[in-house]
Amino acid sequence: MGGKLTVTQLEQKANKIRQDIINMLVEAGSGHSAGPLDLADIMTALYFNIMNIDPSKPEWSERDLFFLSNGHCVPVQYAAMAERGYFPVEELGTLRKFGSRLQGHPERTKLPGLENTSGPLGSGLSQAAGYAYSLQYLDNARHRWVYVVTGDGELNEGNIWEAAMFAGKYKLSQLIVFVDRNNIQIDGSTESVMPLEDLRGKWESFGWHVQEIDGHNIESIIDAASMARAISNKPSVIISHTIPGKGVDFMEYDYHWHGNPPGTIEPPGSPPKADQAKQALMKLRTLDGKITPGDLH
Amino acid sequence: MNYSLNPSLYDDEVEQEPIRAGFGRGLKAAGEANDKIVALCADLTDSTKMSDFKAAFPERFIEMGIAEQNLVTVASGLARAGKVPFTSSYAAFSPGRNWEQIRTTITLNDQPVKIIGSHAGVSVGPDGATHQMLEDIALMRVLPNMVVIAPGDSIEAEKATRAVAENGKPSYLRLAREKTPVFSKVDSPFEIGKAYVLREGHDITLLGTGTMTYQLLVAAQQLESRGIHAEVVHVPTIKPLDEATILASVQKTGRAVTAEEAQINGGFGGAVAELLSENLPTPLLRVGMRDRFGESGDPDELIRHFRLDGDSIAEDVKEFVSKTPRYHQGF
Repeated sequence: MGGKLTVTQLEQKANKIRQDIINMLVEAGSGHSAGPLDLADIMTALYFNIMNIDPSKPEWSERDLFFLSNGHCVPVQYAAMAERGYFPVEELGTLRKFGSRLQGHPERTKLPGLENTSGPLGSGLSQAAGYAYSLQYLDNARHRWVYVVTGDGELNEGNIWEAAMFAGKYKLSQLIVFVDRNNIQIDGSTESVMPLEDLRGKWESFGWHVQEIDGHNIESIIDAASMARAISNKPSVIISHTIPGKGVDFMEYDYHWHGNPPGTIEPPGSPPKADQAKQALMKLRTLDGKITPGDLH
Repeated sequence: MNYSLNPSLYDDEVEQEPIRAGFGRGLKAAGEANDKIVALCADLTDSTKMSDFKAAFPERFIEMGIAEQNLVTVASGLARAGKVPFTSSYAAFSPGRNWEQIRTTITLNDQPVKIIGSHAGVSVGPDGATHQMLEDIALMRVLPNMVVIAPGDSIEAEKATRAVAENGKPSYLRLAREKTPVFSKVDSPFEIGKAYVLREGHDITLLGTGTMTYQLLVAAQQLESRGIHAEVVHVPTIKPLDEATILASVQKTGRAVTAEEAQINGGFGGAVAELLSENLPTPLLRVGMRDRFGESGDPDELIRHFRLDGDSIAEDVKEFVSKTPRYHQGF
């Protein structure tokens, strides 16, 4: 790959990944919509700019690592990996189908390029912390980085705070966590289900360096990762404020879309089921002004 | 049969040592042989005998605090980074508390993490039912990819520790707190997945795992004087089960007994019941905890109360033999 993509190119890539997600979910007929859509910008920044990786060598010994802790958001990781060249984009259509490498929740042993198995919430951060501990204390590999994405609802899990305490104690400075702060979980808003605030204060009190960013601003994401790498005596968390369902107007901010794909539910304000996927793609494709709605028919 | 037993096995002064002590020696030796081995403990380093390893390799020891979920999931990440992590706590807490994390991040993820559950069984004694782990064999043996071993004494625990350090698989090692008789010798065989005939007989097969094998040897000695010739088979590896050795013995004797310091439901007794019912339906007596919890007490007192001692087992086996027809092929 010659040179890194420009910010505009990254934004276009994120849009393409959102379209991939809609297509995958419609084809699969089940899965989560809101989280994968709102993580598209972070995942694009990670796979196309931030991480030192080689899609042709997923086990490359010098690679940076990515651990997905909220495994239900894996469609966005699969889409980013396919767009980055880990496997053909066409394979995205096999998501959740029998015989597919793209399991409903990520399984390390099924697909090269995955670092961990996750789904039951709260354990991905610990797995990443274990790897980061190894790099820092056992391997003397201070030039490699371990990136993690967690959900915000996932922070209800006790396992997360055990990991946070552990990483704080050992000052795992190569561990960089993006919290997808989209404020929803299955039963409603995070603050009504189990309040997380003061979230910044919680992480700081566990010994972490905390940043808060607009999780849809590619430049902010890249800058925050750069800042996190410069903090050499603490693990870093980047609380990334996102809009659930970002990019598809009838899904945005609506927790009903947390665990459902287009075409399966009709919450208030959404189009009829049969039209949802088409409208979602239309919305996404017109975002960058390259395709007119007429092209979709 | 070529298993050499401790010659002073039946003496009152038979040498005794806690099984966990053998684990401590084995882990230190494994650490000397393989620099990928790391040890993680949840605030019980002396108690689980990880202290030997910690003293020898402080840079490869990780104190995890009282956080068993994080204990095994951090270990999963270390395994991804090419390490061979040993994790230890009391069995009631690990794998008692963190079963899902073990399932998802270690067995489904197929990482060679070693789960060391110390203080298993009612012989933990005064601490009572909360700390007397009885369900760990059942919990671990239902997990695909997991190897499950309950060593019979401290010498075997040392060998089992060395073996799981190099087997490349998720593995569970069940340890006991109290001193128990050492029935094996340094040159006795141990291989993962192998059962061993310790004493030959033709009237009944006594299958023991963990410390209960010693009690079966004592029982067999008493049964001999009452005219019952029992074959004793030691089964340290509960998964994978040495089906050939067990079936060959039961084929010969026509009756079987299992013994474990754990719940018979789903435990070692459950495993043998599954094997026999599918291959060689045979009258079976399962000795162990019968769907109940333990309680506080002196370890020996509890072992006797729950009829897990050699004397009680001999009585129960005698009764079982007297009223149970021998299985014959085709009956």
